[in-house]
Order: sequence, then structure tokens, then C-alpha cells
Amino acid sequence: MTETLENTHYSTRMSVGKHWSLRLRRGLSLKISDLKGCANVGMVLYNSMNLLERYNAPDTLKCQHTFHLTQGHCLYSDMGRIMASIVYDDADGHESICGNTSALQIANQYGARDYQNDRNDWYQNGQDAFLVELAKYGLDRSDLPANINFFNKCVIGGDGGISLSESNLNAGRSIVLRFEMDCLVVLHTCPHALLKSSEYPQGEVSLEISDAPSVEHDDQCMNSCDENKRGFENNRIYHLGF
Amino acid sequence: MIKESFRSLEYASSSTKINAGDYFISILGNGDTLRIVDLEGNQAADTLFYSAEDPSVHYSASNTIREQGNLYLTAGTDLRANDNSVLLSIVADTCGRHDTLGGACSTESNTVRYDLEKRCMHACRDSWMLAISENPEFGIKKRDITHNINFFMNVPVTPGGELTFEDGISAPGKYVEMTARMDVIVLISNCPQLNNPCNGYNPTPIELHTWNQ
Repeated sequence: MTETLENTHYSTRMSVGKHWSLRLRRGLSLKISDLKGCANVGMVLYNSMNLLERYNAPDTLKCQHTFHLTQGHCLYSDMGRIMASIVYDDADGHESICGNTSALQIANQYGARDYQNDRNDWYQNGQDAFLVELAKYGLDRSDLPANINFFNKCVIGGDGGISLSESNLNAGRSIVLRFEMDCLVVLHTCPHALLKSSEYPQGEVSLEISDAPSVEHDDQCMNSCDENKRGFENNRIYHLGF
Repeated sequence: MIKESFRSLEYASSSTKINAGDYFISILGNGDTLRIVDLEGNQAADTLFYSAEDPSVHYSASNTIREQGNLYLTAGTDLRANDNSVLLSIVADTCGRHDTLGGACSTESNTVRYDLEKRCMHACRDSWMLAISENPEFGIKKRDITHNINFFMNVPVTPGGELTFEDGISAPGKYVEMTARMDVIVLISNCPQLNNPCNGYNPTPIELHTWNQ
């Protein structure tokens, strides 16, 4: 993935329990790396020009016939367009169903969020992290769809039972998203809701924003299924309007 | 889990038939019970619930799945909201399981899944857009249209992680019944999809019965 790093415009790090939002335009890539292992990155995408268009997990999963998201998959909006493509993934896949921790769950599992004593190492939860960022754009809990939880994959039993895979939570895992339309990216680094731990994890991720190589006709994400070819065609029609 | 209801239609307080491709929107009072009947079999009923008091409290597939530790909905499932409160509980089910992963069909997703030239076929999300436009008194906006339940629909996930739309496991007369745990808005699209087996390629009516507490 050296080509995505040649034109890095900005890089930063976020420790566990933090949140951020930013606009990323079409043609940029975002590389996220799990520096210490056991990371979770909750993410939701909105069309930055029309916040009513947003990431849609059911549409994303059903059109690509998958429960897990990984390299070659695209992230769809509710309007049939591809918001971003997963162009690189050396983690084990990612889930988009389990949602977020709540303040109540965090308090029960790890202890209450306590800024007075813990300062910015307080035990933030994913739900509140998203609500803080969304409010900055006039959005509230109505607007929060099922998010992606990067670096966490679920195991599904034959009876539909769901649990967190513990097969690969190692440090050093990375994903690269390539943005296919201008997006508002809302993300947090709070623990995954199904993480079985009694201690709030001490992870850290890096974020690198770069120019993405242009999408060629043999692009892996575009060609991974006929549905994605049609998704890219919907994007092409959308961009005719600009 | 198959669990038959003890309720008799003789004592139902309302009965409503919904034709294929139509919507239904109404209030179900706290403690009241709603039964949805798949009259002719293999008919997906795409359903959303909201707190009648505050529609920003809406059904959450994520919270429902995570809190019960299982993908499928059936008798015993608490249908949870985005604030994790319980909107309704499924109290009877003769179908066995229901989907909440697959979402609702839309004209836009039909272009991706089938063909760009199928964009003008009727779809569940268009039914919901009409429902909220014709019934503004419920206070539901496009932003509130979120991930739904597909009663009677079969979307198995394999242990390998594949997700497919399969022939339904429902049949004529199968039903699912749920009791409201707060005053809720019920919003249903009786699915018009013609492109996959979710309706057996033949959309048919469903019937709703309610019982007061």
C-alpha cells in the first residue's frame, strides 16, 4: 500500500474512547491501523452535501451477499450509491450489526465514566461518542444508523447465535477506505460492545489521509460482484450532476 | 421458536387487511397486542416501530440482536429501541423466525441488486415515504426511516458469513404476535418486491388483528 502513503496529507493518532468527525472528498483514502491490538473503530458515513443520505448496513450487506465486510467490498448509502470502497484489509473482516456500547453497559462492565478523576482517559461509550459528533451537524439519535465496527468480526452459529471473533485482534492490522463520493465521516474508538473484558482496553489507532490512486476498469472493488459494477454506475450518474 | 397464541379472534378489537404494496400506520397502546397474519404464505411484512411519545426513539436492529445474542427474531424476543428500551415483546410465533438484517427494498437498492432500469418498480421505502407524507401527525421524517424488521422473511447467515435471501419458511396462515411495552407507532409496508423470493415472486395480502389490554 505504499502508493497510498506517498501523498499523505495528514496523519494522526487516536487512543481508545475518543471521537472525531471530518469531511473527506471523493478521491481521498483513509488508512486506519490498529497500533496496539484489540482496537475498535465505530464509523458512520453521510453524504456531506445531503446529510439525509447515509451509510446503510442492510443494503451494503445484502447486495454483496455477505455478513462480514472486507477488502473488495463497498459501503453503500441508502440511495444505492457507493460512499467508500474497502481497497485494503489485512484484518480478518469487520462487522456492521452490533451497534455500540452505552453508558450503562460501560459502567456495569468497566466502571462509570468519570472525567473528574480520569480526565481524558475516562471510559467513554460508543453511543454517546456518536451523539456528540452528530450534534455538531444538527443530527441526533434519529440519524444514527447501524454503524461499522472496524477490526471486529462476529462469529455466527448455526442457530443465529452471535459472538465476537477472537481469532485476530493483533496489533498492526490495517484497512484502507477509498472515498467514492464526498462524505462526512463520523468515528469513535470506543470498545466493541461484545468485547469480553473487565478492564477498559488501552488501544490506539493511527489515521492517514492520502490521495487514492484513480479507479481503473479492473478495480477489485468494482469487479468483486455485478452489484458493485451497478453501484459504481450509479455513482457515475450521480457525479454527472456536478 | 414455535409458540401458539392463546388469543381468540372473537375478542380482537380490530382486524385490518393490507393488500400487497400498501402501507399501514397506526398507534398500538401500551399493553395492547398486535398479530400479523401471513394470509397466503411467503409474504414479507417490512415493519418499523417508534415510541408514540417521541419518534426519535425508534426500533434498533443492532440493539435487538446484540442484547439477545442472536440474529433471528421469534417468540421471546424483546424488540428494542435505539435507547435500548423495549418497544414490544414477541409473545407468539407460528413461523419460527423472522429477519432483521435484510432491510427494506428501495428503488435505489433495486438498481444495485437487479438492474438500473428497474428503478421505477414499487418498493417498501417508497411506501414508507408516502406513509409519512400522508400522515404528518405522527411526526416521522425520512431521517427516522431506519433498519426494519422483515416479518416472515428468511435471510439466513451461514457460519462462513454468507448472507442470502431464501425461500420463505412461512406458509398460509402463519402469524407472529407482539405486545407493546409502551405506546408505539406501527409502520408497515406490505412488501411489493417482485425480484427475489422474499414474497415468493407473488406479493399477497397480510392481515392485522389487535387486542386491547
